[in-house]
Amino acid sequence: MSSITLDRKTSSFTVPRFRLRGGRWVSPLLLLLVWELGSRTGVIPERILAGPSAVALTFWSMVVGGELPANLAVSLARALAGLAFGLSAGVVLALAAGLSRGGETAIDPLMQLKRTIPVLALTPLFIVWFGIGETPKITLIAVATVFPIYMNLFSGIRGVDARLIEAGKSFGLSQAELIRHVILPGALPSFLVGLRYALGVSLLVLVVAEQINASAGIGHLINNARDFMRTDVIVVCLVVYASLGLAADQLVRTLEARALAWRPTFIKS
Amino acid sequence: MASPLARPSNDWRPSTAGPAVQVRNFSRRFGDVTVLHDLDIQIGRGEFVALLGRSGSGKTTLLRTLAGIDPAPLDQVQTPTARAVVFQDARLLPWKKVWRNVALGLRGGDIRARAEAALTEVGLEHRLDVWPATLSGGEAQRVSLARALVRDPGLLLLDEPFAALDALTRLKMHELVLSLWKRHAPAVLLVTHDVDEAVALADRVLVLEDGRIAAEERIDLPRPRATDATFQDIRARLLAKLGVDAGQRRPVEGALLAFPSGEIVA
Repeated sequence: MSSITLDRKTSSFTVPRFRLRGGRWVSPLLLLLVWELGSRTGVIPERILAGPSAVALTFWSMVVGGELPANLAVSLARALAGLAFGLSAGVVLALAAGLSRGGETAIDPLMQLKRTIPVLALTPLFIVWFGIGETPKITLIAVATVFPIYMNLFSGIRGVDARLIEAGKSFGLSQAELIRHVILPGALPSFLVGLRYALGVSLLVLVVAEQINASAGIGHLINNARDFMRTDVIVVCLVVYASLGLAADQLVRTLEARALAWRPTFIKS
Repeated sequence: MASPLARPSNDWRPSTAGPAVQVRNFSRRFGDVTVLHDLDIQIGRGEFVALLGRSGSGKTTLLRTLAGIDPAPLDQVQTPTARAVVFQDARLLPWKKVWRNVALGLRGGDIRARAEAALTEVGLEHRLDVWPATLSGGEAQRVSLARALVRDPGLLLLDEPFAALDALTRLKMHELVLSLWKRHAPAVLLVTHDVDEAVALADRVLVLEDGRIAAEERIDLPRPRATDATFQDIRARLLAKLGVDAGQRRPVEGALLAFPSGEIVA
C-alpha cells in the first residue's frame, strides 16, 4: 500500500501542470459526451435541451450572422453603465463614511437599511418610476452594485493598520497625505474584493433586468428563443453569460496583480 | 485638560543654547490611571539617553508624547521641530518601494537623491527599489533608521528598535546607531528594556517606574564599551533598581555586550 501512495506522490510532483488540470476536465467532458449521445439517440428531445453540437453550430451561425455580437454589445453596455454609476456612488459614499465620523453617522445607517431590501424586489417600483426602457435596467444594476463597493471600501478604510497611520503622523504627513499615501493604498485590497463582488452582482442583475421587455440584448435573445422553443439559442446565451462572469473575474485578477504587486503572494510569483 | 493642547512641532523653535528636550512637571492620565507623574526630563543637544523600564512603566507614553503622536501642552513639553521615530516594528508602508518609504513626507527637491544617500548610510543602497515585504527584519529596521535620519532630526526617538532582532543583528545595529549618532549628532532617546543595551550605548540611563524617574546613571565609559568592572557595576546597580538580582547572573568578563541575561523579564 505504502509503495502505491509513494508512487502517486512522486508522480504528482513530476507530472506537469497541464496534465493535472487535464484531469479536472475529464468529468465535464464526460457530461458533454453523455449529453451529446442523449441528443443523438433521441433520449433528450431537442425541445427540452439541444445537444452540444447543435448548440455549437447555432453559436457559430449567430456569431457569423452578427446577431450575437450586436446583442452582446447591448448587454455589456447596460452592465457597464449600471456598474459605472454603482461604482462611483459606492466609492463616494464609502470615502465620506470611512474618512469622517460625521459621514459614517449620516451614511452608514442608510446603507445598512438599503442592504435589507433585496434589490430585485425593487424591480416593480422601478418599472412604475422609469417605465420599461433602459433606465430601470441600468438603475437596478447601479443600485445592486453600490453596496458591495461601499461595504468593502468602507471596512478597508477603517481596517488600515493604525500603527502605520501613527507612523505617518510621526513623520509629519498632513491629513491629505495620510489619506493618499497610507489610508487609500491600505484599503485597496478590500476595494478590489468589493469590485469583484460588484462585477458578479452586475451580471446577475443584468440577467433579471433584461427580462423587462428588452428589445435587444442577451435577455431579449433568450425571451425570443423561449417563445420559439429554441433551446439551442437559450443554451448559447447561457454560455455567453457564463463567459462574461469568467471574463469579469479575470479582469479583477489582472487588476489585483498590477495594483497589489507589493503583496508577498504576488512578489513570489 | 485646562492648558491649551497643541502639537509642539510647528511653533516652538529651539534656542541655540538650551537643551534639545525639556519636559517640566508633565503628567499624563488615561481615565483614572496616571501613567506619567510630574516628569522632569532634560536631554541635551546631541546627548544619547536610554530610558529603561518594565512594561507598563510609561516609557511608550513618554516616547509618543515626545514624538508628537500624542498632544502635550507647550509649556510642559518642548522638543525640536525635526523629530523622527524608529519603531520596534519597522512600520514601513508595504505598498511603497523602499526608497519611497524613506522619502515619505519629505519636502523640497531631490527627494530620491536624499533617500538614496540615507539608504547608502545604512548600507542598503542595493535595496532601493524592492518591496518592503522582501526585506529581512534587520534590513527593515535599517530602512526605518534611514527614514528617520533623512529628516535630519534634532531628536531621534528609538522605541525598542532592536527588540525583535536576533542577537548578532542587534550587535550590528548597535554599531550602526552609534556611528550614525556620531555623524549626525541628534539628541537620542532610546527606549529599551535591555539593561546591557542601555549601558553599552547611552551617555545617561534613566529608569522609569510607575511614571516616575526612579533612577539615573551617567555613563562616562569610552565607546565601544567592554564589559569591564565599571560596566558590570553600573549594570548591577540598574538591575537592582529594576528589582532584578543580577549577582548570580553576571556574565563572564568580555562576553558579548548584548548578552541577553541583562533583559528584564517583566
